[in-house]
Amino acid sequence: MEDSCALPAAAVACIDERQDSIQTAGTSRTRIHCADDSLAGSVSQRACVFCGARVVLNPVTDAVHLVHGPIGCATYTMDIRGSLSSGSELFRNSFSTDMKERDVIFGGEKKLAACIDEVVEKYCPPAVFVYATCVSGMIGDDIIAVCKAASARHNIDVIPVESSGFISGNKVVGYRAAAEALLRLIRPKDGEVIEKTRKINFLGEYNLGGEKWLAERYLREIGVEINVAFTGDSTVAALKRAPSACLNLVQCTGSMHWVAQNLERTFGTPYMDVNFFGPENTAESLRKIAAFFDDTAITERTEALISREMTRIRPTIEKYRSRLRGKRAAIYVGGAYKAIAIIRQLRGLGMEIVLTGTQTGKQDEYESMGRILSEGTVIIDDANPAELEKFLVEKKVDVMIGGVKERVLAYKLGIGFVDHNHDRKDGLAGFDGSVRFAREVYVTTCSPVWQSLKTALPGGSVHGQ
Amino acid sequence: MASEAAVPSPAQARVKQVNENQCNMCMPIGGVVAFKGIENAMVLVHGSQGCSTYMRLANVEHFNEPVDIASSSLNEKQTIHGGEANLKKAMDNVIRVYQPKVLGILTTCLAETMGEDIDRIVASYIVERKITGIDIIPVPTPSYSGTHTEGFWAAARGIVAYYARSTESHRCINVIIPNISPADIREIKRILGLMGIEYTLLPDFSMTLDRPFGGKYQKIPTGGTTVKEIAEMPGAPMTIQFGTTCPDSLSPGLFLQQEYNVPLVNLPLPIGLENTDLLIGTLSKITGNALPEELALERGWLLDGMADSHKYNADGRPVVYGEPELVYAFSSACAENGAMPLVIASGSKTSHLAELLAPLIRNADEQPVLLEESDFAAIEEAARGAQANIAIGHSGGKSLSERHDIPLVRMGYPIHDRIGGQRILSAGYRGTLAFLDRFTNTLLEHKYATYRQKIKEELCISEGI
Repeated sequence: MEDSCALPAAAVACIDERQDSIQTAGTSRTRIHCADDSLAGSVSQRACVFCGARVVLNPVTDAVHLVHGPIGCATYTMDIRGSLSSGSELFRNSFSTDMKERDVIFGGEKKLAACIDEVVEKYCPPAVFVYATCVSGMIGDDIIAVCKAASARHNIDVIPVESSGFISGNKVVGYRAAAEALLRLIRPKDGEVIEKTRKINFLGEYNLGGEKWLAERYLREIGVEINVAFTGDSTVAALKRAPSACLNLVQCTGSMHWVAQNLERTFGTPYMDVNFFGPENTAESLRKIAAFFDDTAITERTEALISREMTRIRPTIEKYRSRLRGKRAAIYVGGAYKAIAIIRQLRGLGMEIVLTGTQTGKQDEYESMGRILSEGTVIIDDANPAELEKFLVEKKVDVMIGGVKERVLAYKLGIGFVDHNHDRKDGLAGFDGSVRFAREVYVTTCSPVWQSLKTALPGGSVHGQ
Repeated sequence: MASEAAVPSPAQARVKQVNENQCNMCMPIGGVVAFKGIENAMVLVHGSQGCSTYMRLANVEHFNEPVDIASSSLNEKQTIHGGEANLKKAMDNVIRVYQPKVLGILTTCLAETMGEDIDRIVASYIVERKITGIDIIPVPTPSYSGTHTEGFWAAARGIVAYYARSTESHRCINVIIPNISPADIREIKRILGLMGIEYTLLPDFSMTLDRPFGGKYQKIPTGGTTVKEIAEMPGAPMTIQFGTTCPDSLSPGLFLQQEYNVPLVNLPLPIGLENTDLLIGTLSKITGNALPEELALERGWLLDGMADSHKYNADGRPVVYGEPELVYAFSSACAENGAMPLVIASGSKTSHLAELLAPLIRNADEQPVLLEESDFAAIEEAARGAQANIAIGHSGGKSLSERHDIPLVRMGYPIHDRIGGQRILSAGYRGTLAFLDRFTNTLLEHKYATYRQKIKEELCISEGI
């Protein structure tokens, strides 16, 4: 059947200006162009500042999250994060001031104040986060003032989040806005004395699929208690106790490093990088934490845990490795941190990585990536569907790891897919998570459906559309 | 016709100000779906990047297809100096990569608040770049002026207005549809075909947003209403529009009637026996043809099914919510099966829904609660108050199941927590029966899972043995 693609052959995959954002490991001499605004019209996979702020703050379980703007921003992010809660489910509700034309013309501050009053009356939350959006930012609604007045009125924290989508094309700015809001929340009252405990905070952990709970079980086993995660399964009260922690773990870049630095500066809390994705990373992180406490009992228990878990999962990982060896993988995720962890895990399964990219990677992160990837791997920043398609096909990819928008593209091309995104239901961290990850890679890469998809139609004609 | 006094007034559309758990999305995404129903069309949303990306996400999750939506990626700079340069650059890049023949430009609340004059920008762009062979169609869709339903109509009308020209009379009737599933579109087309009708259906996204597997990703999927067909719509003998709830100012059918004297017949969606009969009756009058054997059989099977399930259906106490056109049709389908809805809700503020429902609910044993411009907090409260035991609507209402144990029969847009939203068939006799089976079986599943325990609790324990 004739190729009935609607495009003439001259359509290009890569816009000229995008060339500097695409490199090949081992051959490129120049630095990759990254951490910049997306090109207009390029159909970037990135979202906006509001997106960044929302995903970081939304898991705060017992706060009201109120979006100040027209309806869309709230609808599109309603219950969108896979964070699980051990208590309040208030965070799963999506609140919006639903600005209409008259609010845009005459200002939305009165409406915002009324909305805050309504939610406080109905839910008595310990805190309200108020997210700015493009329009509320544009018309100059003084969200800070409204929040301050509401806070005084209700005697709770009402925290503005400066998350207007247009502030920047990079959602990392949104992470920063969220971080500032969190610091505001946990700032102790004047004269309040912070007594240090032996508990630790886990920054950059969102409890997707229960991953925070899993980390907590490991830590409890070795003798360390978590005070709170930023922000998975967190409560306002626990967040406010954050300054009392003796150590901050930082996983995932975004702006959690900035928060950690701030906490160190203000409260003297040291921080360390950890990563619980992949068995080796998990073991290394646990050892680092144990080393910090410098306690023989903790160290012994840590080694026992690692030894036990590694032994337990090894046969299963081996089983999957034997089926996956040599298969070709592509990675396109939000941040470089995750990408690097995934590279390591896929290597552990004997797979070849032929394409790696991120939405928000920074210069030094791409350099680290370039060093650990084999020569010839394509490295891409802020990709769009046309580019992803081109490389997925060229590089004969068997499986892709990415987010929702990438998934449908992979399936259209008959390529397997692993969901490593914001609303996943399965925990992929820790030792159990690494088995789950390996299994997911296996079931999709080796699924019988791909064979069916390549089979000719009965009657001998070529399969087509 | 019901007198003024008999028209039920919708419950005070949210006395409260805050919107809690949104029942609708914003205008531009409706426009996106409409444009995707035009052949060789691509769409560009003028605004912040987040808007386009979130709309892609919502569409991807619903259709399980790659849905590309470009953005002009407006930043803070542009909010001060204007977005013209960005929009033009975006158009450059979209045209280069996608090579569309039709390019829809939709606006966001940000662009509208900035006062962007997209008509002027597009006109100057065409001159500057000497554009030929690409129809660039600007449609204003400010998110604070309506829901995605209004956005869909606005774009459909804008498209018709752009192409319509005085033309020779011909036999193809115009068929204008609202935002229904591709499966329903295909069923309507099948019915038209079986009834011997020649037609132009707009906007036809039944193939562009639901491609069979072909091992490739099409930047612009094959399918859609052709430009030629749209241009000739003024020559049609009549327009059948499934837009009984469409506001006059947004009605494409009304536009054709007013500008080109094409008689307009607004019909309810052919969901439910009575509504399908209405369509068939209208078509019959056009051709003089009686119901063909195939459809007569399907009608007979539907009647048979209605008799078989009527007692189970009588136990149904439905909540129906979503877009107004669907809400009317499904309410009608429920009522004619003895399951009068108790809560009827929409996120839109349409002036017609209450009026249209009046004759339907006039003789109801229990008068339903009508909610317009609603949110799920209000819908849930009404559902609880009415002791509803089944819901019909889109995935946004899953909280009804989660919190109130009210099972959800999914229909509409968006369906993001189940597979196959695009394949949900409810139109025609065949689709109505398929829906009825889903409805009845949902009631039965719930009943069989709970009745033993319930009766035991009610009767056995209270005997006090």
